[in-house]
Amino acid sequence: MITKRIIPCLDVKNGRVVKGVNFEGLNDVSSPIELANYYSQNGADELVFYDITASAEGRRLFTDILLEVAKKVFIPLTVGGGINTLEDFDRVLKCGADKVSVNSGAIRNPELIKDAAKRYGDQCVVISADVKRVDGVLRVFAKGGRENTGMEAIEWIKRCVGNGAGEVVLNSIDTDGVKKGFDIEMLDTVCEAVSVPVIASGGAGKAEDFVTLFKTLPKVDAGLAASIFHFGEVKINELKELLKTKGINVRI
Amino acid sequence: MIAIIDYGVGNLFSLKSSFQAIGADTVVTGDEKVIKNAKKIILPGVGAFPDAAKKLSDAGLDLLLKEEAAKGKPLMGICLGMQLLFNESHEYGVCKGLGLISGSVRPISEVIPKDLKIPHIGWNALRIKKESPILKHVKDGDFVYFVHSFYGADCDESVIADCEYGAPLTAAVQKDNVYGCQFHPEKSSKVGLGILKAFCEEVN
Repeated sequence: MITKRIIPCLDVKNGRVVKGVNFEGLNDVSSPIELANYYSQNGADELVFYDITASAEGRRLFTDILLEVAKKVFIPLTVGGGINTLEDFDRVLKCGADKVSVNSGAIRNPELIKDAAKRYGDQCVVISADVKRVDGVLRVFAKGGRENTGMEAIEWIKRCVGNGAGEVVLNSIDTDGVKKGFDIEMLDTVCEAVSVPVIASGGAGKAEDFVTLFKTLPKVDAGLAASIFHFGEVKINELKELLKTKGINVRI
Repeated sequence: MIAIIDYGVGNLFSLKSSFQAIGADTVVTGDEKVIKNAKKIILPGVGAFPDAAKKLSDAGLDLLLKEEAAKGKPLMGICLGMQLLFNESHEYGVCKGLGLISGSVRPISEVIPKDLKIPHIGWNALRIKKESPILKHVKDGDFVYFVHSFYGADCDESVIADCEYGAPLTAAVQKDNVYGCQFHPEKSSKVGLGILKAFCEEVN
């Protein structure tokens, strides 16, 4: 049977991996190539790279790094950040990405998902949604979680899946960086709304948070985290051993 | 030299890199002469079957691949490339394949329970059904990475490994010198690289 996936996320800026708390105050952590290789050797099921560089120069640096990663790391690679056009899809797929994650680009142009799914297949297109509760309503945020789009999140995610997104990364802004566990309630709502794989993001503070995630919500396919992996607070191989002892099917 | 067939379907960078990582010499090509001179052939593929089958035949590569396979040259299809080896596919109507593996390609929705997600995406365990040179380094239960919504059906005699996803799904096939993997060995870490290595070293 298919296993639950553990996915480290690497935010890359100017060639280095960074991670902020609630998206603010970024810290350098390590080299993306070395980190990717390390994770792949130590049980990561997949890697997500977010390019958070704004400049053209930074973008070139990012694709150079991606090429180096794809030469050495043989697990699925998802790339996001700055994906606004089909040309952007092309640019990262040529460098070895398997899936492309869209966020603000799809908010600006919802047709992007449809066009990309048609050209590259549904399995290639991931909708990444930054979601926050505002007055009791789930709202989609853009620009790295800084701007409230006013859109209701579940309707938005359903629309993206309807347009051909083959996977959903749900990042709860409410739990992100707080390290008190994943946003089970928000994830449950999304899992009930769509039939494609859902990846939980935002809030993991310890290994037990992943146990709670998969035990409470068997429909969730994967757990994604950044800082707890980057700072060595949770080791992926140990996390997977723990999940296995709790009866959760993982790749060891 | 191994020829990785380039017929405009998908990106071959990772596949080429994975062969590089195990020290194998490959060339990404759609050129008849190069393919004829190659010792072995890899047929990759992602996307929809009819589109890929058309691209293959428009390039005249369908006949060439059949000829080369008939000569006994080792050929391995990966993902959609494996499905193309079958007689036919039922993706968007019925479409003819290369007919090198007896069987048809059918939607997994026909055999799996309704509550399971489609595509079948992620890491699943291989169950070895028959000995095969490409499985030399594979143990029963080893995990590989799948992404697919269709599967090889009615091909029992060629199945060398399958996996469980609410129903047994064909994972790898062999008929004489023709091999196929539904999963992506180039994305399946050490287990996948072991399969590519075995294709390079154990298959003649």
